[in-house]
Amino acid sequence: MSDRTSDQDYTRADVCAAAIADAFSEDGEIFASPMGLLPTLGVRLAKLTSNPDLVISDGESVFLGGTPPLGGKDVVEGWIPFRRVFDVVAYGKRHVMMGATQVDRHGNQNISAIGPFAQPKRQLLGSRGAPGNTVNNRTSYWVPKHSPRVFLEDVDIVSGVGPRRAREAGPAASRFNDIHRIVSNLAVFDLGGADGTMRLASVHPGVTVDEVVEATGFALEVPADVPTTREPSYEELLLIREMLDPRGLRFKEVPDA
Amino acid sequence: MSSNRKPRDKRMSIDDVVGSLESGMTIGIGGWGPRRKPMALVRAIYNSDLTDLTIVSWGGADVGLLARAGKIRRLVYAFVSLDSVPLEPNFQRARQSASIPEIVELDEGMFQTGLRAAAERLPFLPMRAGLGSDVLVNNPWITTVTSPYDEGHGHEELVAVPALRLDAALVHLNRADQHGNASYLGPDPYFDDLFAMAADKTYVSVEQVVDTAGLTVDTPVQRLLLSRMMVSGVVETPNGAHFSTCTPDYERDERFQRAYAAAAAGPDEDWQAFHDRFLSGDEASYQAAVQAFTEENAK
Repeated sequence: MSDRTSDQDYTRADVCAAAIADAFSEDGEIFASPMGLLPTLGVRLAKLTSNPDLVISDGESVFLGGTPPLGGKDVVEGWIPFRRVFDVVAYGKRHVMMGATQVDRHGNQNISAIGPFAQPKRQLLGSRGAPGNTVNNRTSYWVPKHSPRVFLEDVDIVSGVGPRRAREAGPAASRFNDIHRIVSNLAVFDLGGADGTMRLASVHPGVTVDEVVEATGFALEVPADVPTTREPSYEELLLIREMLDPRGLRFKEVPDA
Repeated sequence: MSSNRKPRDKRMSIDDVVGSLESGMTIGIGGWGPRRKPMALVRAIYNSDLTDLTIVSWGGADVGLLARAGKIRRLVYAFVSLDSVPLEPNFQRARQSASIPEIVELDEGMFQTGLRAAAERLPFLPMRAGLGSDVLVNNPWITTVTSPYDEGHGHEELVAVPALRLDAALVHLNRADQHGNASYLGPDPYFDDLFAMAADKTYVSVEQVVDTAGLTVDTPVQRLLLSRMMVSGVVETPNGAHFSTCTPDYERDERFQRAYAAAAAGPDEDWQAFHDRFLSGDEASYQAAVQAFTEENAK
């Protein structure tokens, strides 16, 4: 990975983008709603490769007909002001990939605040749309810096609802609860573990299972055989480097180790 | 004979609006985060004697300013963010020092449903959002309702999102006529019509007051978001959403926002200096100070 002059080489950020793209590859014709830089890159990569039917937006108020680079414009194919985002959340044809300041073993997510709710140690954004997203449409998470402070036994505040909490809240909550993937800079996870807990799905090239376990603050379910996250294809690398992110913004989130 | 039988002229000043508000009121603030916020009206509340307010907002610097001034007794929000500065420093400071006595954090879709319930004069509306999350744990007064219908999934137990009834709503649009018909010219209406219908009184500040015919002369009729029947007062406040967006009149003033955020996050002296320079006077002096700041930084 040190020699970046050859097209065959790829970076960790490229691996993450391809893994995020894979999370959207089988979604069909739905609104892909990425929050933040790498999720946006991954979704656009999926639209250019595995899933051209994806509906994407400028993150603001319009659906884009084409697939522009990060920060770019394109032909407008629809109108999606915030009020209609809420409509689509309830309609269900949406897959959102959110950030997560904390994630626990049960796939609960926190973006609200760190510490006690009454007087947080650190106030974050607030719960935003996480409670509604997680009981209405497919939801994934992106964590650019995997650590035991992010992946911990219990989140301080449940913003995004994992499968167990959804089940406990009743059928109206669990019916559309669908926590699909969690992608970090080290690995890919799903909630296929016992009782819907987090399970290691693959480790990125160059990362060991032990490193992931070490960097995770709860007992992670590790299958007997853990595959390696696939390498991005030559076509994907070209699309990422030449078209979607020629300025290398992705390295701000996932530095080239 | 009928020439004087026209709808009322509702133009008023910023001070008239603030003078019509009372301490203890529930006030909804339109826009979204750092977008099309009625900042001129918010700045005037910041400098007023009003206290003990309940503020209902998808928050940006409106919440930050009013929190910093100690105006808020109860805050209803789903997020507070400046986007390019993700965490609002004045809001963080207020939360981390527990200076706002009552905190109501909702899911952002619940917030819309609560406004809609109020707009439709309903006590609540059902939805899924909130189920299983700590929104219901931290707001034990928000409860669930069991569907009387079984559509094949049992009698679903849904969140009964309470109506977010407002004493007053403050919104900022691009244009209005003197009667209160108002249009947005940017890409997103946000929820300003819902705020207006959820409120007993709605005050709309605008970039420009035009005559009624001027409202549709160069823009489609669908952009007329507010009807005068929803509006109690109209204030012309050019650049009145500054430093939030008011597309297409102007975009967010990122440089000024960074200065605001740095002052808010810094030691008390920094905030005092920011306050003294920009916020201590009326709207005209604020706009003059902003103009000077812009010229200084353009060099």
